[in-house]
Amino acid sequence: MKKISRRKLISTGLAAAAGASGLAVAAKVAKHHGLIPPDAGGLYGPGETLTYAAQRLLTRHSMAREFSRSEISEKPFANSVDPLGDDFHRMQAANFVDWRLVVDGMAARPSSFSLAEIKSFPASSHITMIGCEEGWTYIGEWTGVPLSYILNRVGALPEVRYVVYRSLQPDWWESIDMADALHPQTLVAHGMNGTELPVPFGGPLRLRIPRQLGYKSVKYLNRITLTDSLKSFGKGLGSSAPEAGYAWYAGI
Amino acid sequence: MSATTAVPDRSQSLASTSAHAAEPKRHSAAVRLTHWLTTIAFIALLVTGGEITLSHPRFYWSETGNVNMHPWLNLHLPSSRPMVPTGYGYVLPDQNGWSRYLHFQAAWVAVGTGLFYLLFGLFRGHFRRNLVPASSDLSMKAIGVSLMRHLRFERPTADEAWSYNVLQRLSYLAVIFILFPLMIWTGLAMSFGFTSAVPLSVRLLGGHQTARSIHFIVTALLVLFLLVHVVMIFIAGFRTRMRAMITGRAIPPTEGL
Repeated sequence: MKKISRRKLISTGLAAAAGASGLAVAAKVAKHHGLIPPDAGGLYGPGETLTYAAQRLLTRHSMAREFSRSEISEKPFANSVDPLGDDFHRMQAANFVDWRLVVDGMAARPSSFSLAEIKSFPASSHITMIGCEEGWTYIGEWTGVPLSYILNRVGALPEVRYVVYRSLQPDWWESIDMADALHPQTLVAHGMNGTELPVPFGGPLRLRIPRQLGYKSVKYLNRITLTDSLKSFGKGLGSSAPEAGYAWYAGI
Repeated sequence: MSATTAVPDRSQSLASTSAHAAEPKRHSAAVRLTHWLTTIAFIALLVTGGEITLSHPRFYWSETGNVNMHPWLNLHLPSSRPMVPTGYGYVLPDQNGWSRYLHFQAAWVAVGTGLFYLLFGLFRGHFRRNLVPASSDLSMKAIGVSLMRHLRFERPTADEAWSYNVLQRLSYLAVIFILFPLMIWTGLAMSFGFTSAVPLSVRLLGGHQTARSIHFIVTALLVLFLLVHVVMIFIAGFRTRMRAMITGRAIPPTEGL
């Protein structure tokens, strides 16, 4: 009887040790393949890491669903935004001729593009669904420059692992990994449903990323920074979303 | 005669540890562990899911739905978002951040537990032995008898302390093989990442908002199941049923109640 329980104890101990070292190895492999999100610490880190890692293994090259023109929502819904301020309204009155998109960080040719320059780059369109974490959705057609084109144009260095992007609104900044940054549907959007991107929908520029929730599609885009680490941005959690209690990865 | 032999038997089995260990368990350790893990995950999912719903307590069919469109179901609850017209003069605090984090973490616990339970149930005969009803119990008459017994709130018979009755078996099977899988499916069908890889998951359901609506309807069915389940435990005897699901021990069937 005693012998059996000792044997059981040893085998349970060995199994636990194997399990723990297995987890440690899995964590190392996951980190090497970029499967650990920047907000992996804390109480909800395990679930968040599982979600991000599982979706990245499944979605590295997958395309967001596209719809037919007849499915475009008649009345798209623009969520509320914080007041945009006097500077914004002055630029809006001048048709945003002074709007600049700064691209800096780990680039061979850091640049600052005017709205006209952005619009002169080769554009791409897709009819996709945007969904808010609140639960509502609409379908629209977005037109813009693929982010990958801009990264190419500024000469993104091979070490770049994340693209940080900011809104004119000071508390709204986000970042994405290269799977999303180089994804063909990730657009620096300047048009929507055949017109210029309306201000309530983020005009003049919005980073449109259809494989994630709406809060990753930052409105009033004016700066893009290329980096190999998110540690020095804000609190190091990857974006303003985790700082407000929301997940960095919003593919779910 | 039976009383005189039964009494020493019982004291003997209580005194001897080896016989004690061999005492049959009402619920196996795997069933008890997965039952309580599922309970914890389900409560976390229910609370956080309810909280997330408050940010848009309206439901739509097909692909799109927002406050510019007519919902098929308006819960008429106050909302945690000012843009939702609710008729209430106030806006609830936004709790979606941690609610979403916890919802998905609890979903992982539920899915992991479910996979383990599925493998256990298949390979250890749990489904076949304890959940699939005997064909003789599946006649309209047998089901009718069981139904009438439930509707009269009759206490279960002694052998029901050791085996599920036909209605119990059917409802557990429905929860395990229909409602839980539907919950996971409709949940994944709302994920933009997942549907980019598996677009059929949402197309087959009829759209993103339909998936969200079914997710809500199935939640309501699971809550209904939970309520009936807990009421039945009180009717059957809270202490004995809880002890059976926590320690696995119950009064052996040969000794009656």
